[in-house]
Amino acid sequence: MAILSLEHIKKYYATQKAVDDVSFTIEEGSIFGLLGPNGAGKTTLLRMITGIFYPDEGTIIFDGKRFDPLNDITKIGYMPEERGLYKKMKIGEQALYLARLKGLSRNDAMQKIKYWFEKLEMQSWWNKKMEDLSKGMSQKLQFVTTVLHEPKLIILDEPFSGLDPLNANLIKDEIFNLAQQGSTIIFSTHRMEQVEEICNHIILLNLGKKILDGTVKGIKQDFKENAFSIQLAEAPLSVESNAFEVIDVDNNHQLTVKIRDGYRSNDVLSYFLQQGITIESFSEILPSLNDIFIRLVEGTHATTRSFQKIA
Amino acid sequence: MLLPVLFRKLLKTLLPNYFMNKTGLIIQREYLSRVRNKTFVITTILMPFLFALLIFGPAYLSMRDRENLNIAVIDNTGYFKDNLEDTKEITFSFPLDVDTTNYASKGYSAVLLIPKSIGNAGNNYVLRSKKTLGIGSKGAIESKINAAIENKLLQDAGIQKSQLDSIHTQSQTATLNTIEEGDNNKTKESNQLLAYGIGMGSGFLIYLTMLIYGMMVMRGIMEEKTSRIAEVIVSSVKPFQLMMGKIIGIGAVGITQFVIWIALVILIMVGVHVFAAPETLQQVQAMQQNGGVMGGNNMQVSQTAQAIYSVQHTVGSVNWGLIIGCFLFYFLGGYVFYASLFAAAGSVVDDVQSSQTLTVPITMPIIFSFIIVANAVNNPDGSLAFWGSIIPFSSPMVMMARIAYGVPGTVPYWQLFLSMFLLIAGFVFTTWLAGKIYRTGILLYGKKTNWGQMMKWAFRKA
Repeated sequence: MAILSLEHIKKYYATQKAVDDVSFTIEEGSIFGLLGPNGAGKTTLLRMITGIFYPDEGTIIFDGKRFDPLNDITKIGYMPEERGLYKKMKIGEQALYLARLKGLSRNDAMQKIKYWFEKLEMQSWWNKKMEDLSKGMSQKLQFVTTVLHEPKLIILDEPFSGLDPLNANLIKDEIFNLAQQGSTIIFSTHRMEQVEEICNHIILLNLGKKILDGTVKGIKQDFKENAFSIQLAEAPLSVESNAFEVIDVDNNHQLTVKIRDGYRSNDVLSYFLQQGITIESFSEILPSLNDIFIRLVEGTHATTRSFQKIA
Repeated sequence: MLLPVLFRKLLKTLLPNYFMNKTGLIIQREYLSRVRNKTFVITTILMPFLFALLIFGPAYLSMRDRENLNIAVIDNTGYFKDNLEDTKEITFSFPLDVDTTNYASKGYSAVLLIPKSIGNAGNNYVLRSKKTLGIGSKGAIESKINAAIENKLLQDAGIQKSQLDSIHTQSQTATLNTIEEGDNNKTKESNQLLAYGIGMGSGFLIYLTMLIYGMMVMRGIMEEKTSRIAEVIVSSVKPFQLMMGKIIGIGAVGITQFVIWIALVILIMVGVHVFAAPETLQQVQAMQQNGGVMGGNNMQVSQTAQAIYSVQHTVGSVNWGLIIGCFLFYFLGGYVFYASLFAAAGSVVDDVQSSQTLTVPITMPIIFSFIIVANAVNNPDGSLAFWGSIIPFSSPMVMMARIAYGVPGTVPYWQLFLSMFLLIAGFVFTTWLAGKIYRTGILLYGKKTNWGQMMKWAFRKA
């Protein structure tokens, strides 16, 4: 079942189309990646999903009903990219305040704060002030305040920026846990290696338009170039075949080959088998999301857009 | 703790529930985080003293620094020697060996040259001195000379000096008691000096608090913006709730401060009662019954009793309920009116420096209003005072200055109600305007904005 679906969402500013006719659907319990270069319209899109902005056109269906920001806001946890907390306020009070703004009662909030603080080893922070925390610590606290009210939909905009690998892994595990328990996670970033690791489903936004939508596996299949890597035991004298061409050879007799149209991978193997060369390994080379991202976005002048007037 | 609860009750009746639950939380945070602060406690206690210093300090200094003049008079008519009266600060002496070249070396601060004949207009009296005289001293010397001339002319006309003296003492006993006519033939004493004090004081207090609390709202919003918590919060509440929560919370801090000050004043009054001797209080009571006159019996009235009576009597002649009620109304109205503008300005800036150019258009009308107050307390019926007290930009301060002179005497009811109505309409408009600007501004980082752009945000559709 879809927790969120966007239908022809548009948001135009005076000088540009920030989000231009974007539609997609997110399944409940999935980890969804929202990708795009700076200024692609990710933040604007997220602000519409969190009810901060209203779309100019289009509808948002949340949890089976038309999105009602006033009430649905409590079922959403949003960690914006531009985030921070009150500097002079005590950590504990701060968490309590934010939880209660999400509609939790004082007792409920206290219980949940206790649970999370213990889980992430933050109990001793209660009476500290924001200004006493390191950047990584405040990121952790920020994450806790985002998920404290057990939202159905968790939106994380660049959640790992500023975290060391240890804490990043801690948060990553929690994200997987939350997804397993049924929460849906929207994950916005331009760090592709994290997306490959975490997300099931991604869309790519550029210049306000959706240019890619699918599962990580599916997209990689769509963008593959029929390239294979083949490890041979000894160097072949010369390679001459109608089925494929050799793109690259390295010193350890590892070849990168591209199969021509109308041939299959088996044709590569049978060629080397006929030559009597021992094959040690054979695998398909799939493009990384990073490659796909760069290929799609490069040359569209996407980066200059972020400097234009937004208001 | 009581005030926020009262505020929430009041707002709950006015606004839908969803708005209140969260706005209430924001109000609570804004209020408690400020009231618990040490600076709040210190300023609340020190402010009255600072005020007293501001009012009495200059008066004390000017009393102490009066010029003491010792003037040598060169009188060729010989008449002035017996007729020129000294005052507290000015002494006239008639030494024979003094001229315009040596008066300073003989210890005189100035030398006065009397012309040969007196009484004819155009005769020149010349005062020479090393330094410029104060304007008060010049006037005092002139009036003394005039009095002496007058005496001389009257004596020339055949009136005895003794007759003249008794005429003088008798003619200077009149004091003016002003009575104000109210409805139903009720009359009450009016007290211009007290009205002036109340008008000026409350106008000044509103002026000061509007600036202080308005700026506090702006700083609070800038802090939320620069610490990047604004977007976190507006994903839980509407931006308008966050803005109103802040404005109302800080307004409640202001009210708390006033309540503490009023309580302090009452405490002092009660203190006077408790520590004064019982017979003094009896005397005061007796005076109250007889309308201030100790008639008939020979009971001696002590000075303390008289002082307490006169304070209580003057204070009692003022309609305090009306004044305090109006004060709270105009403080709140004016505060919300201006605080929302400050909020709008605070939402679009990242640093203190760029905030200054945006606040000038807001502080200017506040300062200008205070100038109108200074005029209105002297002339509460003037057209400047009238318009100033009707237009919402200045009405909180100017109307308070006029109300002190009496309602409905000086300020008819229709004027009061019109002014209140327009102020409410005014702050509804400014909060609406500020809400629109705030919503866009609070999420915008690293961009310079001016009032022109802000107006565009306000008047575009969602």
